Amino acid sequence: MGFLDILPQTMGNALVLGSIYAMVAVGLAIAFGVMQMANFSHGELFMVGAYCVYVLYTLFGWPFELAVIASFPIVAVIGIIYERLMFRPTRGNVLAGFMATAGAGFVLQVLISDWYGVGLPKSVQVPYPGGSDFAMMAISWQRLVIIPVTIAMVVGLWYFLTKVKDGKALRACAQDPEASVLQGIKLNRMTALAMAISGGFAGVGGALMAPIVSVNPYMGHDYAIIAFIVVIVGGMSSIPGAVLAAFILGLIHTLASTFLDSVYGGMIGVLFMAIVLIVKPTGLLGNVKV
Amino acid sequence: MLKSSSSSSNRIWLPAVIVLILFLFAPTFLSAYRMELLTIFLANVVLAQSYRLMTTTGDWTLCHYILMGMGAYITAILAKFYGVPFYLSIPLAAIGTVAVSFVMALPLSRTIGFAFFIGSFALGEFVRHIWEKMHFPFGGARGLSSIPRPEVGQPGDWYYVDLNNFLDITNFYYGTLIVTVLALILLYRLDTSRIGNAWKSIYADSELCESIGINVTRYRVMIFCVAGFFASIAGSMLAYTWGAIDPDNFGMIEMVYLIIWVVVGGVKTYWGPLIGVFTMSLVFELTRPFDEWRPLLFGVILITSLVFMPGGLEVLIPRTTRFFKNLVGTKEVS
Repeated sequence: MGFLDILPQTMGNALVLGSIYAMVAVGLAIAFGVMQMANFSHGELFMVGAYCVYVLYTLFGWPFELAVIASFPIVAVIGIIYERLMFRPTRGNVLAGFMATAGAGFVLQVLISDWYGVGLPKSVQVPYPGGSDFAMMAISWQRLVIIPVTIAMVVGLWYFLTKVKDGKALRACAQDPEASVLQGIKLNRMTALAMAISGGFAGVGGALMAPIVSVNPYMGHDYAIIAFIVVIVGGMSSIPGAVLAAFILGLIHTLASTFLDSVYGGMIGVLFMAIVLIVKPTGLLGNVKV
Repeated sequence: MLKSSSSSSNRIWLPAVIVLILFLFAPTFLSAYRMELLTIFLANVVLAQSYRLMTTTGDWTLCHYILMGMGAYITAILAKFYGVPFYLSIPLAAIGTVAVSFVMALPLSRTIGFAFFIGSFALGEFVRHIWEKMHFPFGGARGLSSIPRPEVGQPGDWYYVDLNNFLDITNFYYGTLIVTVLALILLYRLDTSRIGNAWKSIYADSELCESIGINVTRYRVMIFCVAGFFASIAGSMLAYTWGAIDPDNFGMIEMVYLIIWVVVGGVKTYWGPLIGVFTMSLVFELTRPFDEWRPLLFGVILITSLVFMPGGLEVLIPRTTRFFKNLVGTKEVS
C-alpha cells in the first residue's frame, strides 16, 4: 500500500468529513453574521439533532429520511428559543450571549441525560447498509449520503440568501443592522430567522451523523470545537469561507488520522488555525477583523 | 467623588481583617473534610481573581483552566520525579507557565473579542491533547498520582514543619492561606498600579491607547502572562491538595464553572470575583445531593445572571453599605 494507493480513499473520506464540518460550521457562521450571535452550545444543538433520529427512527420506528427532515424544524425551534431567551436580551454584547449559551448547553445536556440516560451509548441501526466501491474508494452509503445532502442544503441556503426576499433581508441585517431597520426590516424577526437556520443546519448534521457515531449527551463537544476552528479559519460570518475552511480542515483531519492518529489530527487543525491567525487575522475569506 | 473613593478603600480594611481572622481560626471549628474544601476554595479564589485580572483588558479567555493545569502539571512533575521542594517548585511552575502563556499569546494577541475567546479555547484544547498523548512526563489520560505533599526541612530539625499529614491538614492549610493572601495582595496592587490602569484603558478604548503611546499588543501579551502566573500558583496549590491530577481536571466544564463564578460576582471591582466564588462554592456544596442536576442549575444561574444582572453581585456592595450607613444614622448623599 503506497501513498498513491490510499490517496483516493483519503480524498473520499476527506470529502465526507468536510461536508459534515461544513454543515455544522455554516450554521455557526450565519448566526454570527447577523447581530454577532455566537453560540457556544452549537455542539449541543448537533447532539439534539442526533437524538431526534435516535428517538424518531430507533424508538418510534419512523423512516430514517423523515426523522432527518424532522430534525430540522425541531432544532430550529430550539434555536429560536435561544434567540428569544439569550441573544435578544444580551444584544450588543457578544461575550454575554456566548456565555449564556454555554449555560444553555449545560441545561440541554442535563435534560437529555435525564430523559434518555447516560450510561449505555445509544446505537442507531444503519439505515443504508453496504457501501460504494467506486474509483478505489470504499465508503459506506451511510457516509456517502452526507455529501449530496450538504450540497443540497448549502445550495438551498445560497438560493434563499440571494433570491428570496427574507434571505436578502437577512444579508442586509448582516451588513448594516441600523440601515436595514430604516428600510422596514424587522430586526428581531431576522435574528430569530438566522438562529432557526443555524439550529436547523446543526440539527440535520447531527441527525445524519447519528448512525455513524455513538450518540450520547456529550457528543457535541468535539464538533463544536471543530466548527469554531472552521469559522475562525474561514473568516467569521463568511459562509463561503466556512465551507472552504470546512473542506480544508476535513482534509487535514483525514490525512492526519490516516497517517498518524485522530488526536494529532485535532492538534494539527488547531496549529493550522494559529498559523492562519498569525498570517491573516481576518480569516481566509473574511474581511472583518474580529 | 474623590473623597468618597478614598474613604471606600479605607472601609475595605475592616471586613478584610475580619475575614482573615475567620480564616486563621477556621481549623478550630471545622472538620477535616471541610478544611480540605476550604483549601481548595482558597486556590479557587486565586484562580478567579487572576481571571478577573485577565478580563480587565476585555479579553475573556477560555484557556485559563489550561494555564492553571500547566502550573499543576509542572509542580507535580517537579515534586514527583525530581523531589523539588515546594518553595522551588511553585515559582518554577509559575515561570514555566508564563513561558507557555507567552507562546500562546502570540497568535491570540492578533485577535480580539470573540475570536480571542474561541482561539484560546482551541489552543487550550491543544495543550490538553498534549497532556493526554504524552505518557512521559504528563502521564497520559490517567494523569499523575501520588504527588508528595510538601515538607519544610528534615524530620528532627527544629524548624521542621510537616505539611504532608493527610489526617490533619492544618499545617498545609496555613501554607495555602499564606500563599493566597500574598497572591491576593499582589493582584490588588497590580490592579491599582499604573500597568493596571493601562490594561483598563485598553478595555475602554484600544485605539485611543495606541494614540497616546501604549503598545496595546505588548500589554495584552503581558496580561496574559501575568494571569497565567497567578493561575499557575492556584494550580500548584490544587496539585498539592488533590495529590493526583489528570487532564479531565482541567476541562471545559471546569472552565465554564470558573466563568460562572466570575460572572455571578462581577468583574468591575476587585471584590466581585471573591463574592462570586464564595456564593457559588456555597451553592455547589449545598447542591451536593442533587449531583446530576447541578449543571442545569448552574447553567440557569449563568443565563439569569447574564440577562437580568449583567453587573454581577458586586453591584449590591454599594447598596448594602449605604443601607447600613442609613441604619446607623450617618445619612450619605449618593
